[in-house]
Amino acid sequence: MPGNRRIDQQKKRIRRRPGAVVASSLGLVSLLLSGCGPADSGVPTLTWYINPDAGGQADIAQRCTEEAGGEYRIETSLLPNDAAAQREQLARRLAANDDSLDIMSIDPPFVPELATFLAPVPDDVAQSTTENTLEGALQGATYEEELVTVPFWANTQILWYRESVAEEAGLDMSQPVTWDQLIEVAAAQDVELGVQGSQAESMTVWINSLIESAGGTILESPEASADEIELGLVSDAGREAARIIGTIGDQGLGGPGLATSTENTSLTLFQGESGSFMVNYPFVWPATQGAVEGGSVDQAVLDDIGWALYPRVFDNEETAPPLGGINLGVGASSDNPELAYQAIECIVQPENQTEYFLTNGNPPSNSEAYEDPRIEEQFPMADTIRESLEIAAPRPQSPFYNEISSGLQQTWTPPDEVEPETTPEQSAEFITAVLRGERLL
Amino acid sequence: MTSAITKNPQAMKKNGRTDDYSDRAKAERRLGWLLAGPAFIIMLAVTLYPIIQAFFDSLYAFRLTAPDEREFIFLQNYVTILSDPVWWRDLAVTALITVVTVAVELVLGFALALVMHRALKAVRGWLRTAILVPYGIITVVSAYAWFYAFDISSGYVNSWFDWVPGIDQDLNWFAQASTALPVIMASEIWKTTPFISLLLLAGLAQVPDELTEAAKVDGATWWEQMRKVIIPNMKAAIMVAVLFRALDAFRIFDNVFIMTNGQYGTEVLSLLAYRTSITRLEIGLGSAVSVLLFACVLLISFIAIKVFKVDLAGNTGGKR
Repeated sequence: MPGNRRIDQQKKRIRRRPGAVVASSLGLVSLLLSGCGPADSGVPTLTWYINPDAGGQADIAQRCTEEAGGEYRIETSLLPNDAAAQREQLARRLAANDDSLDIMSIDPPFVPELATFLAPVPDDVAQSTTENTLEGALQGATYEEELVTVPFWANTQILWYRESVAEEAGLDMSQPVTWDQLIEVAAAQDVELGVQGSQAESMTVWINSLIESAGGTILESPEASADEIELGLVSDAGREAARIIGTIGDQGLGGPGLATSTENTSLTLFQGESGSFMVNYPFVWPATQGAVEGGSVDQAVLDDIGWALYPRVFDNEETAPPLGGINLGVGASSDNPELAYQAIECIVQPENQTEYFLTNGNPPSNSEAYEDPRIEEQFPMADTIRESLEIAAPRPQSPFYNEISSGLQQTWTPPDEVEPETTPEQSAEFITAVLRGERLL
Repeated sequence: MTSAITKNPQAMKKNGRTDDYSDRAKAERRLGWLLAGPAFIIMLAVTLYPIIQAFFDSLYAFRLTAPDEREFIFLQNYVTILSDPVWWRDLAVTALITVVTVAVELVLGFALALVMHRALKAVRGWLRTAILVPYGIITVVSAYAWFYAFDISSGYVNSWFDWVPGIDQDLNWFAQASTALPVIMASEIWKTTPFISLLLLAGLAQVPDELTEAAKVDGATWWEQMRKVIIPNMKAAIMVAVLFRALDAFRIFDNVFIMTNGQYGTEVLSLLAYRTSITRLEIGLGSAVSVLLFACVLLISFIAIKVFKVDLAGNTGGKR
């Protein structure tokens, strides 16, 4: 058959030219290995593992590469979406001595766990990068009284409220408000509070801020080994935190979706008809502006939004708002730690932090970066954010943070089952058993 | 092929060595090893090695971020797991999901296989494609679709079905196991029923027409034909489908991970293994969970093959 003959001829041709096939295969392989790019220019390349954002970190990498004048080049590599998955990837790579981890964007609670794998921050870098750093952000970058990462941007939760609701309740929002006041207003006006009751990291954030605001602390012995860690949950502060969460859950003040509510779902609730007060991060502002532009939220809702510092637990005791953000660390196995720290000095410059806030909505950790007049124009709540970052309290700083946080999430949810007399105790017992290796998590 | 490698049984009995194979048999054995050997070695490398490594790791208290504190603790990890209520709760949830989904899928899959088998030629292609669409969707995508449909803030199920007793606008499906698990199981059933129906369709096609025709001539009703002719002749296909799906269902991960991440009593064993090894970075304890999960899967296979006599090789002409 003609078809078969053609195939036979092709086979013969292939058989006759094995050398050509091998050569072309090798050529293809070498082309693939070279990445099809230009020849190595000899400029050291620093890889910066970034958390996903709106492109701001890549822009800063580009700017710093240009400023370096050929001394180094920064390339960004994207980490997974959520903070827990970012930690997992960084921990695995660091434990495997991956030398591509030159610069890393690290969420503050994971700093202690990863600290042993990080290159020490040189004194001059520590000095130059923390000159005007806000107190809360500085604490989040420090472990065992030593700066182990460099603060880049800092996040905090503030109290967002609907001015109409506060007005009707007769609350003077220029003065600090307490959780009990919010509970009272929500119950009286049949509106819903925007809080995060899901069995997720946001629950730890809430519990930690309540306990810290009540003058307590979750972790009493941050430097103890896993089986000797002491928790401060069974305390007046722990019971007070449980009372507030339990009341909101029990009375249904967080809406029907409280047990699964996250930062995004509580924003949706807040923008709706029953929205009243909400604790949440600054992304709320650009997100609501975007929703108004997209037509899913009325302009009237945006005009009705006000902001204040995170609620207090006791009216005579300062609040301790949540702290988040991103710090920069350098892997101990990096081939170029000095250059990496040089690059970090460039990345965290106040001008870059300002630009990053304006373009990506992530607040600076450096107070100087807030002085640009464009910030006040675009983020009218910037002063509140800055003030909040001064007094923000980090989450438990321990290499075992993940166990403590997951243990809290499992024992303090759903919120309607949280009881001041039993939850803190059960939670403490469970977490210490997990840390001793006696329980699964 | 089999006859060519037949050896001399007397000689084998005598010295038990392979020297007594004929030259041709030896050559064929060598060729067999050459052909199958590389695949066999790769199989060992990608399956046996990780299993042994996991078992080895499971004997240690080993946290990835504290490599210097690694300590041999023999079977302590297994004692910890098996004496923990979390393991038994997760095992119960996994078993419930497996039993319910496989049972429902078997019934639905059989019905769909019958429809595909009996459909007119003109629509057969379209029908099979339509039935197979869910199976072609990536599990994570289908899990998100089901999650968003039922989610209290973005879902439409509550408003569409608020006339059904027990469902109203305020029902938070994922806040308790009693409502979250049915959604997870429904998603799993929707996604994998086509697979089981495909296996059953193959079994259905193997039932000789003469048998059903003979039954018809003898006056058997549709139900009698089904019960006495078709199903008994499909037993092998049904058991293989059940075994494959049961093993698959027992390792469920994606749907639970996306919809609830195991919260509020919906955690399954695969998720427990993942959270212990990957999230907590407790390699020792996590490996022990994985080894126990593997043992459960082996047990299911053993029960299916030995107790229910699932014949995996019969249809392919292999040895019984």
